[in-house]
Amino acid sequence: MATGTGSPPASPSRSAAGPLDLRRIRADFPILSSAVRDGHRLVYLDNAATSQKPRPVIDAMSRFYAGENANIHRGLHYLSERATAAYHAAREKVAGFLGAASSSEIVFTRGTTEAINLVAQSWGRNSLRPGDEVLVTVMEHHANLLPWQVVCEQTGARLRAVAITDQGELDIESFDRLITERTRLFAVGHVSNALGTVNPVGELAARARARGALVLVDGAQSAPHLPVDVVELGCDFFACSGHKMLGPTGIGVLYGRMELLEAMPPWQTGGEMIERVSLERSTWALPPARFEAGTPPIAEAIGLAAAIDYVESVGRQAIEEWERELLARATELVGALPGARLVGTAREKAAVLSFVLEGIHPHDVGAVLDDEGVAVRAGHHCAQPLMQRLGIPATVRASFAFYNTLEEVDTLAAGVERARKVFA
Amino acid sequence: MSTLSELYQNVILEHNRSPRNYRAMEDADGRAEGNNPLCGDQLTVWLKTDGEIISDVSFQGLGCAISRASASLMTGALKGKSRREAEELFQRFHRLVTGESTAGGNTGETLGKLAVFSGVAGYPSRVKCASLPWHTLKAALESAPQR
Repeated sequence: MATGTGSPPASPSRSAAGPLDLRRIRADFPILSSAVRDGHRLVYLDNAATSQKPRPVIDAMSRFYAGENANIHRGLHYLSERATAAYHAAREKVAGFLGAASSSEIVFTRGTTEAINLVAQSWGRNSLRPGDEVLVTVMEHHANLLPWQVVCEQTGARLRAVAITDQGELDIESFDRLITERTRLFAVGHVSNALGTVNPVGELAARARARGALVLVDGAQSAPHLPVDVVELGCDFFACSGHKMLGPTGIGVLYGRMELLEAMPPWQTGGEMIERVSLERSTWALPPARFEAGTPPIAEAIGLAAAIDYVESVGRQAIEEWERELLARATELVGALPGARLVGTAREKAAVLSFVLEGIHPHDVGAVLDDEGVAVRAGHHCAQPLMQRLGIPATVRASFAFYNTLEEVDTLAAGVERARKVFA
Repeated sequence: MSTLSELYQNVILEHNRSPRNYRAMEDADGRAEGNNPLCGDQLTVWLKTDGEIISDVSFQGLGCAISRASASLMTGALKGKSRREAEELFQRFHRLVTGESTAGGNTGETLGKLAVFSGVAGYPSRVKCASLPWHTLKAALESAPQR
């Protein structure tokens, strides 16, 4: 994991001969050689919003649609059997990637958001009682806040939030105060999408579980960047999205411990998820099918499996190391610009650099960067309570992936400097 | 296609730096708050009316250069205008920033200084920034008593 400060910037020459073969890797991502805004080469630094897709992912999906498309579990015909096998293989692949004990603990969803809503509405709505508490943190993405707000309103449970420090780390004293025998579930982001903070979820999960609480980890931002092992983390649920980890949109993953999934009722009903149906009543299939009503995202599951293969071929350790260098350089260069203030300076950070420029609105910084071909996010990052806590309406966020180069970091810094001049 | 310098014309940069009528109004008879949930921009518009005529307008808030300059230029353009003229001006401004008409083009639409926002049409994500002050003004006018 990268540190926000301290590491010296790598020399520019490293990018050609870094730990990764960047030239080869970049050639696998067709979009990275495209031009935007008057012929500027795309510098894509909005990876926390969605990652780009390598050729093998795009090809796996076109191959499926061009030559293998069929619904699963329905036909006895050749193509349906092949599609069913490919869908199951994708589930196995995800289980291995996340360290789950069995692929039956892997539910495919539409994304992280749907995975968390599934737990809130299936487990939460049926288990929470007045007097119970759900604990989140101030830095959560709305996707890991609103489902809990809603289910607390529905059940009479109380929602509480762990405070953060000015550096953007979880306030452990606040956590210790708020985690009590009333806490039924602790829902926490592994990596903050807005700040890059890597939360000590393993340690917190152990403490939460010792109090009898379940633990849900929002892994939307960690699965693409850090090695993840759900058993090692000690969490009960883990949610992530395909499209943030080189895969397609429209597919996400919920890992849940089998014992919990088995006790949870379905939250959507329809085809595929039943055992037996009569006009009066029905019984449900075992997990994970119980939670996958209707035709699932088959091509997307195949695309996600190809994405995992790609990530593993590059190596998660190597990815983490290279992204740490990118962050160190960006932190150094942007942090040194007059009027720039980094937002989120946690000791443990993933490759997200959030910042503000004094007197200049993040949107305007984003527009100048866009004019140079640099794609960043400017806004509240779907984390409004966090922005309120930090006392700012928005930040500029550059978020990196392993296919980014040190030269791209330099382009970012030069663009920020230009923004400063335009609005001076 | 618009370029960055067409988006951020000098008049816009100048109004962003020193916005006009940037103050709360104690004795306003109309007031409204505007929010852009997409980017978190928020502003308050105050106004005073004298029957049909808008006698004073002011604003305060957080926003990008486009929304700040738009609010500043709007307040200048509206003083002394009737409610109906204000509504017409908003419609013309909206057509300009959405690209339905061009500044000083053959449509014969007179926008005066507001024509500096013509570059916004090339940046669809910024239309809301430019029009937020006007939507807020509309709500403020509705809150003011009509005689």
